[in-house]
Amino acid sequence: MDTRIITNKRDFSLKGFFLQWEWMLVLIFIGVNIMNMSLSEYYWDYNNLRDATMNFLDKAFIVLPMVFIIILGDIDISVASTVALSSVVMADLYNMGVPMPLAVVICLAVGTVCGFINGLLVVKYKELSAVIVTLATMIIYRGIAYILLEDQASGSFPDWFSFLGWGYVGSIPFILIVFAVFAILFAFLLHKTVFGRRVYAMGNNSTASFFSGIQVGKVKIIVFTLTGLMAGVTALFLTSRMGSTRPNVATGYELDVIAMVVLGGISTAGGKGRMIGAILAVFLIGFLRYGLGLVNVQAQVLLIIIGLLLIFAVAVPKLKWGKNKPRKLT
Amino acid sequence: MDDKGSTMAAALAGEPHANTPKPSFSASIAKFRELGLLVFIILLSVGVQLRNPSFLTWENINDMATNTAILSILAVGMMFVIITRGIDLSIGATLALSGMIAALTVGEFPGMNPILAILLGMGVGLVCGIVLGFLVAKIGILPIIATLGMMNVFRGLTYVAGGGKWVSAHQMPASFKDMATGSILGINNLIFIALIIYVIAYYFANHTRTGRQIYAVGSNPESAKISGINTDKILWLVYAIMGGLSGLAGVLWVAKFASAQGDTASGYELSVIAACVLGGVSIAGGSGKISGIILGSVLLGIMNNALPLINVSPFWQNGIQGAIILIAVLVNAIVKRGVDRNNLMRRKI
Repeated sequence: MDTRIITNKRDFSLKGFFLQWEWMLVLIFIGVNIMNMSLSEYYWDYNNLRDATMNFLDKAFIVLPMVFIIILGDIDISVASTVALSSVVMADLYNMGVPMPLAVVICLAVGTVCGFINGLLVVKYKELSAVIVTLATMIIYRGIAYILLEDQASGSFPDWFSFLGWGYVGSIPFILIVFAVFAILFAFLLHKTVFGRRVYAMGNNSTASFFSGIQVGKVKIIVFTLTGLMAGVTALFLTSRMGSTRPNVATGYELDVIAMVVLGGISTAGGKGRMIGAILAVFLIGFLRYGLGLVNVQAQVLLIIIGLLLIFAVAVPKLKWGKNKPRKLT
Repeated sequence: MDDKGSTMAAALAGEPHANTPKPSFSASIAKFRELGLLVFIILLSVGVQLRNPSFLTWENINDMATNTAILSILAVGMMFVIITRGIDLSIGATLALSGMIAALTVGEFPGMNPILAILLGMGVGLVCGIVLGFLVAKIGILPIIATLGMMNVFRGLTYVAGGGKWVSAHQMPASFKDMATGSILGINNLIFIALIIYVIAYYFANHTRTGRQIYAVGSNPESAKISGINTDKILWLVYAIMGGLSGLAGVLWVAKFASAQGDTASGYELSVIAACVLGGVSIAGGSGKISGIILGSVLLGIMNNALPLINVSPFWQNGIQGAIILIAVLVNAIVKRGVDRNNLMRRKI
């Protein structure tokens, strides 16, 4: 194991420690908070902040497995459609008389199957990039959601279901607790298990990983399936939060999720990045949105800001360190 | 990359007929693909015509052709992007932005020559494309990330430019709207413009040095660079072309539908990519033909027009389109494998 140093676990130096991207994020995060506080007096309020957290955490569940996918050097743009499909199937089944707990399980199952199909296609047809495969499935999953529900909304779930999105345990939102649990699980999986090391290895050099005995296909399928599962979890919380569902829910989530992951310092070239960065980015973008929303910045302007933030996050590391490395052409 | 071993093994296991070289095999596959597409289009048309006789009327064909014109103009640009192994998800937003700006301008100056409006739209699109090209070629951001990010920026700018409002038909002068309905030499303007673009693109792709360099960069970026091709310039050029064509399409779109909205053509990039993939443009880069994407666009145009005519619910269209993209991509991959295997066998002798 010692010879396979994949991340840069070099000698500890204080300067290097603080020059990491994650510290940059912490600084930006503090900056955003200071900016928001000066913009609105209602920002720095425990109840407001707590409730804002509940607003953006639903998509954060997808961020966790998306970190794995981007470390692999792949991408999955079908996640928003998977959310819509799982949510619509759940609502449809419930309204057809299926008991809610079973519908919830099916919702998760639908997400998992969607993810599994993505993974299978990406692995079986290696000459196709994940971009094009998930582009096609993105249209298909959303298409099935439209076929099932047309332009209707479906809702009227039982009362306990709304606890998922709106409930508190003590004074902490339930969704925050669930997110914390999943975040710890995924961080553990990425950083402390053999599976996580394999993901990094594959992200650095898939061919070398294959020849050193990693079941490349299996790892990839598992990662895509996990993404589908977490899209199902997002569907649960989102549906609960909205109280009803439509085939066009969660449009644009794929962009938000990818923006958060990339902003979190996970390199799109694969093989680099840490879970904590992505989690910081979730809260960074979430609080930015909430703060600017408080002072009535239009949703469209927010779109522009998020888009620029995404470009900025990818461009900055390339500008800074791009000269030392040979350019990757593909 | 990883299945090279298995392909090799299969080739070594080799069927006996491997010792008859078939030099034209891949070419014949390529021809077969376009022929196949054509046959499929004809069969589909006949089938729809049997179900609904109003399908093959002059009016409907004209309508379909004008709709397909915009799609195929965009597909030409997208083809060049995909040939360089890129993808552009921002074209729907670029189209909306340039359409919106052109519409606002003609609303403000009703006396403006429509040609100027077209040039203005193309200019806006070109700027968008140049920005993208800069991000992809000079900074080296993955095309999907760069275009995904800029898609939101352009879309947001469209809303901001329009102030959240629509530019509707009565705000546009007649001369502007006539652009989409008028005709040159008896052919509708949109179709005429599309035809001109096909011809230019065909000449550009096949008979100019820069055009061939685009293919070279797509099929092997490293060796293209080593053989002295300025890959950055080519990438930049490709996104600029895509942007300019999106701008043109934006003005035509707004003129045709006589309204410019914040969400104009949202998601249209998927149809354009579908047309390219159907037309045999390989996502892995390096191959794609104008004739292919025209057929791909025509097929999509017919599908969009025909499904409502044979009483398929509009809600099925998304799903069907997605399935077609997936099947086309998979068939591409399988055909490619066959060609590769065949080449390997040929090399053995």
